[in-house]
Amino acid sequence: MSVDVLTPHLTGRLLPRANPLSKLFAAVLVTVVVMLSIDWVSAAVVLVSELLLLPLLGISAWQLLKRTWPLVLAAVVAAYGTALLAEKTGAVLLEFGPILFTQDSVNSGIAIGLRGLAIALPGIFLLTTTDPTDLADALAQKLRMPHRFVLGALAGLRLVGLLVDEWRTLGLARHARGVGFEGNPVARLRNFLGQGFGLIVQAIRRATRLAMAMEARGFGAGDRTWARESTFTRLDLWVCLAGVLIAGTAVAAAVWAGTWNFLIGAS
Amino acid sequence: MADHGNTPSAVSISAQGWSWRHAGRKTPAVRDVGLTVAPGERVLLLGASGSGKSTLLHGLAGVLGDEGQGEQHGSLTLDGRPPGEVRGRAGLVLQDPDSQIVLARVGDEVAFGAENQAVPRDQIWQRVRRALDDVGLEVPLDRSTSALSGGQKQRLALAAVLAMQPGLLLLDEPTANLDPAGVLEVRDAVGRVLDRTGATLVVVEHRVAVWADVVDRVVVLAADGGILADGPPGTVLTDASTRARLAAAGVWLPGHQPSVPTQLSSPGEELLTARGLSVARAKRGPAVLDGVDVALTAGSSLGIVGPNGGGKSTLALTLAGLLPARRGQLEAAPALSRGAGSSPHAWKSAQLVTRIGTVFQEPEHQFLTNRVIDELEFGPRRLGGTDEAAVRRRVDPIAERLRLTSLLQANPFTLSGGEKRRLSVATMLATDPDILVLDEPTFGQDANTWAELVALLAELIQDGGSLLAVTHDQEFTDALGSRLLRVADGRADVEVRP
Repeated sequence: MSVDVLTPHLTGRLLPRANPLSKLFAAVLVTVVVMLSIDWVSAAVVLVSELLLLPLLGISAWQLLKRTWPLVLAAVVAAYGTALLAEKTGAVLLEFGPILFTQDSVNSGIAIGLRGLAIALPGIFLLTTTDPTDLADALAQKLRMPHRFVLGALAGLRLVGLLVDEWRTLGLARHARGVGFEGNPVARLRNFLGQGFGLIVQAIRRATRLAMAMEARGFGAGDRTWARESTFTRLDLWVCLAGVLIAGTAVAAAVWAGTWNFLIGAS
Repeated sequence: MADHGNTPSAVSISAQGWSWRHAGRKTPAVRDVGLTVAPGERVLLLGASGSGKSTLLHGLAGVLGDEGQGEQHGSLTLDGRPPGEVRGRAGLVLQDPDSQIVLARVGDEVAFGAENQAVPRDQIWQRVRRALDDVGLEVPLDRSTSALSGGQKQRLALAAVLAMQPGLLLLDEPTANLDPAGVLEVRDAVGRVLDRTGATLVVVEHRVAVWADVVDRVVVLAADGGILADGPPGTVLTDASTRARLAAAGVWLPGHQPSVPTQLSSPGEELLTARGLSVARAKRGPAVLDGVDVALTAGSSLGIVGPNGGGKSTLALTLAGLLPARRGQLEAAPALSRGAGSSPHAWKSAQLVTRIGTVFQEPEHQFLTNRVIDELEFGPRRLGGTDEAAVRRRVDPIAERLRLTSLLQANPFTLSGGEKRRLSVATMLATDPDILVLDEPTFGQDANTWAELVALLAELIQDGGSLLAVTHDQEFTDALGSRLLRVADGRADVEVRP
């Protein structure tokens, strides 16, 4: 049972059909805008827009939460930490011994939490609706990235899935030789390093054989054609437009509300 | 048959005094090969392990590399030109299905070679469908390549090569890792393809019987350079003196059974008992087998047989105490546990190695050091063997018995396939376990290593050892008089031998 990194279970029906590049464009644009300013208005606008688009993923909010709960947890922890440690200006909301929350510190906390989620979601949209093979096609054909690099990376990604398996097998094989994952921390660490070295050896051997197999099939010699054409359709226009719209609305709303604080050069 | 016309013509091969020495090695891998193969000939290439069959095949595929990677003497040409210049005229299929698949989807994988040849897009898909049709692989083009069985993967590798319309097919032990059904799938697909395209074939394989009907010529490389025998299968494989030399070189000949001792003792006491055992590969995910009842007894052997993917290895690893049982009971008798507790999976690894030894399918997974001698001494020393003489008494006879004495200073990773297998068995024997578990011990082994292994294991059983082998090799289980546990469709049934 190998871990199949290259053929993820794609969700939704519409977005997987869009060109990966337009999705990448929209996701990067939205992410950059959220990162530019720490304020709760722009982050909230982006987050709400993303949640409204959630039906496109074809999974329920509950399923999404089950998959991404570490991110949500991280956002909550970050929000709490910020509220606790940010500048204590504005009205005092809660004081309990050393713990002091003020209006401004809580505002900063909420902004940080929302921002974390708003930054994470575009990546999740991209990952759950994009096949790595399609992304490689688009990068090489539309962005004219070198095909040796793109296809090499794609083949390497496939090996990663095989290596997850290999790691487990190595662990069992070494246990059978008398070097199990047991004993004091030093022994465990030494065993871990030994197993890591074994994995590197296997990875290199596999990569060498794969490179030979690719070379034997004419890879790397001059020009090549592409069996599947990476195309842009009207859908891609909508995807890009959605990205621009969300980013633009977020900036406009934050500037209008007076909360926009441009991170670079600020403070 | 519309594109029959543009199938390129078959390739001719010419080798004259050809030798190749890998960079960093003292002796050449192939020495002084003189060989001419006419277009359309189908050649079975044989030779002892270490005679350089694979190197010659890789040379023909043009993937041996340049001066940095080795040194060439003499000439090797396809249609009069160096193989590196006419890449794509020769298509290479390797032994391990997993290390030659490049892409994630079946259609893309087949298209890959044609793309690299800059074939126009509409023609690529014609070729892809034709190639998949030729090898009889009827799966959707977007099927994940990792979801295929071993036999399907090898047919996919063949289709991927065919889409380049090669005039020469080079197959490097393409069926060595497959179950019997997979072997026939691949063999028949190759036969069909050759009948349609008329391409030249060079196939390397230990098991002659599989290919004898497909090929029209057998070439045997000598271990010390040059050609040992060359001719039609009927002549080469029946001539008494050639047969004797081939048998000595470890080639599997039809009708020639390597000789092994057959006296076996009667089974002794029970060592390990499974009742209602469920096994699974990982902590999560479904169980692959349910309700397994089986016992391992001293002085006997049990073979786990059945099609690939049925959970044979998982069952063996669970019985070996390496994987936890999902449900049910696995209990070590006092004679085996000797105070270590009745559940093998709870044993520390130092306790495990003196009770149950497991030889993995890939020997390299179990190598821990960089010298053969250290590898052999690792177990005994780990068990507190500070007494030099005691370690020697334990290790030396095993090294002698498995013909490793001349290799003691070598790096285990540089050994040949047969030598690696012998070493991995030897390292397990060094700690003297009561039960020896082996996963596909005879995969890809030549007849000599096979016979040695069987003789050694038979001896172990006679001395009261218990043996458990996952295997497709019926000759192996027959020779050891194994009881059989047949695993298929989520069940495991003990088979009664006649």
